[in-house]
Amino acid sequence: MTTETTEADMQPDAVRKVTDEDPGPSRADRFSALAQQHGALVTLLVAMVVASLSFDTFLTGDNLENMALSSAFLAVVALGMTFVIVTGGIDLSVGSLFALGGVVAAWGSQYGSAVALLLPLAVCGLIGLVNGLLIARSGLAPFIVTLAAMLGARGILLAITDEGSRTYLVDKDSFLATLGQGSLLGIGVPVWITVALFVLGAVVLRHTRFGQYVYAVGGNEDAAALMGAPVARTKIAVYAVSGLCAGLAGALNAAWLLSGVTILGTGMELEAIAAVVIGGTLLSGGFGFVSGSLVGVLLLKVIQNVINQIGSLDSAYQQVVSGAFLAVVVVAQTWLGRRRRVL
Amino acid sequence: MTELALAQGRVGRDRLLRLLQEYGVYAGVAALLLFNFAFTDHFVSAENFRTQAVQVAPVLIVALGMALAIGTEGVDLSVGSVMALSTSLLSLYLGYGPWAAVLVAVAGGTLIGLANGTLVAHLGVQPIVATLALMVACRGLALVLLPQLKDVRDPGMTALGSGDVLGVPYLVLIAVGLALLVAFVVRRTTFGRQLLAIGDSRPAARLAGLPVRRVLIVVYACSGALAAVAGVLATARLTASDPTSLGTLMELSAITAVVVGGTPLSGGRVRIGGTVAGAVLIQLLTTTLVKHDLPPSWTQMAQAVVIVGAVYAARERGKR
Repeated sequence: MTTETTEADMQPDAVRKVTDEDPGPSRADRFSALAQQHGALVTLLVAMVVASLSFDTFLTGDNLENMALSSAFLAVVALGMTFVIVTGGIDLSVGSLFALGGVVAAWGSQYGSAVALLLPLAVCGLIGLVNGLLIARSGLAPFIVTLAAMLGARGILLAITDEGSRTYLVDKDSFLATLGQGSLLGIGVPVWITVALFVLGAVVLRHTRFGQYVYAVGGNEDAAALMGAPVARTKIAVYAVSGLCAGLAGALNAAWLLSGVTILGTGMELEAIAAVVIGGTLLSGGFGFVSGSLVGVLLLKVIQNVINQIGSLDSAYQQVVSGAFLAVVVVAQTWLGRRRRVL
Repeated sequence: MTELALAQGRVGRDRLLRLLQEYGVYAGVAALLLFNFAFTDHFVSAENFRTQAVQVAPVLIVALGMALAIGTEGVDLSVGSVMALSTSLLSLYLGYGPWAAVLVAVAGGTLIGLANGTLVAHLGVQPIVATLALMVACRGLALVLLPQLKDVRDPGMTALGSGDVLGVPYLVLIAVGLALLVAFVVRRTTFGRQLLAIGDSRPAARLAGLPVRRVLIVVYACSGALAAVAGVLATARLTASDPTSLGTLMELSAITAVVVGGTPLSGGRVRIGGTVAGAVLIQLLTTTLVKHDLPPSWTQMAQAVVIVGAVYAARERGKR
């Protein structure tokens, strides 16, 4: 971080900025800012146009609905991850928490839908809270704490399912099942819930005091502390939020599948991080927005869908493309970020 | 009087923490060994020790590369996928003879490491993200090259996997040899000193005129190459290439071994002896739980507790 600032300081632009009378951001700087904020959206639109021109099967109601539904669960996880990443942290436990949330919800559904919904929130929220406590109060590295939580949560999951051999089912006629499988105006309920959560998330991050603290902690922790922001409490809260989101996404997914599937969620943390980063949120913290994460999720799903439609391509290519894409986006972000720092 | 006692108490606690950080992992290994000597049936046998050592060898080799990356205040999450890629390449090129296949597999891993290093050193991408991207891409690549499990029927590979010298398996000899080599590089060479200086403070290293970028690239290339070697050895031992599951969660085990061994995540120090002991500790922990009929889920939870405990003991106050 420090080195990058010095590099930027040594660039002639920075010198000119200080001495001149404020010429305002140059056209190139404005372009890079725009590219960073809306690059993912433009890429998504281009990808969708190309996909619908290339495949007749792309722009059909069924296909779009399928994509929307399968995006919904990842999107909820990515929403929580956005908060964590804006504070400059990372949460690798979400994949395990997603699976754990699903299994706990399916198990709890025998005691009614309220239990089925609240139990995963309580369990996953608690694990997120513990993550946050260890990170904020003991100063441990986020990635190692959440890595341990990823192992621990997977362990709990295996322990309550007899080492993954027992599957809990959700009653088809329950409220929970309606929540997962029902649809409103032809669009699945999980999609509506996801949209509502994103609106809520955007409002919280943009227009509440907590949201301001999240940005402040990610921008410069020491400055935030000096300003009087409750740094530790903010950090604890974002990991709890991430845990809650992952648990809820898992519960919704179990409601959709009508069972708690133990093997879900492996690699999901990577997908969520990729979506958040592709959406323009900086991994170094302090800059980001939830709408970008939603666009990032959709972009990943469109890529996945296109690769599935090219019948000759193996689904393994999906990973190659996603990984390469993530690398390209991060490099572009780093490059654009350097320019923006001059602003 | 009371203040003095308090101060002494604090010094005592600090010293205890430091001792725990330095020698805790050895104490842990010793405790687990003693426990197993006393309470585990059929633990004390040459056959069992051999099995344990052979199982720990690939983890240890991966952990050596990880220790180098962590020493520069980085991390390499792609190691598990690199193992998968190396097993795929090995299977594909086995027709040209075992040596050629091993060479191609290790070269492939080194290339991935070079890509990681370039992203980190030249493009300024954070190590977690750079290696995450290649972790995803590399597993995909491994599956593209070899879509499913394939038996490896090559006398050379079988000999490598199960042969021994005076009862010591080749795998163990190679792992120990590599550990000694890496320890020598870290302690006695200019490269090792540069690596530690970069991990300590990258701006200071840059101001001092050290070739920061080159060292970082070489570190990640080494990590990739070592992971590929581990992939080759694991394939030789299992006599099968399984790109789907080989090396999954390996990055986790490797990081645990390094961290438990006393190498701080904040860089600037690399403890190879501790890393070896850390790898052995995880292996013993798993064996102990398995031999006492505790389910695998317990192993994962125990590993989680050990990681957090070790990082907690090793944390440096004041440095975040």
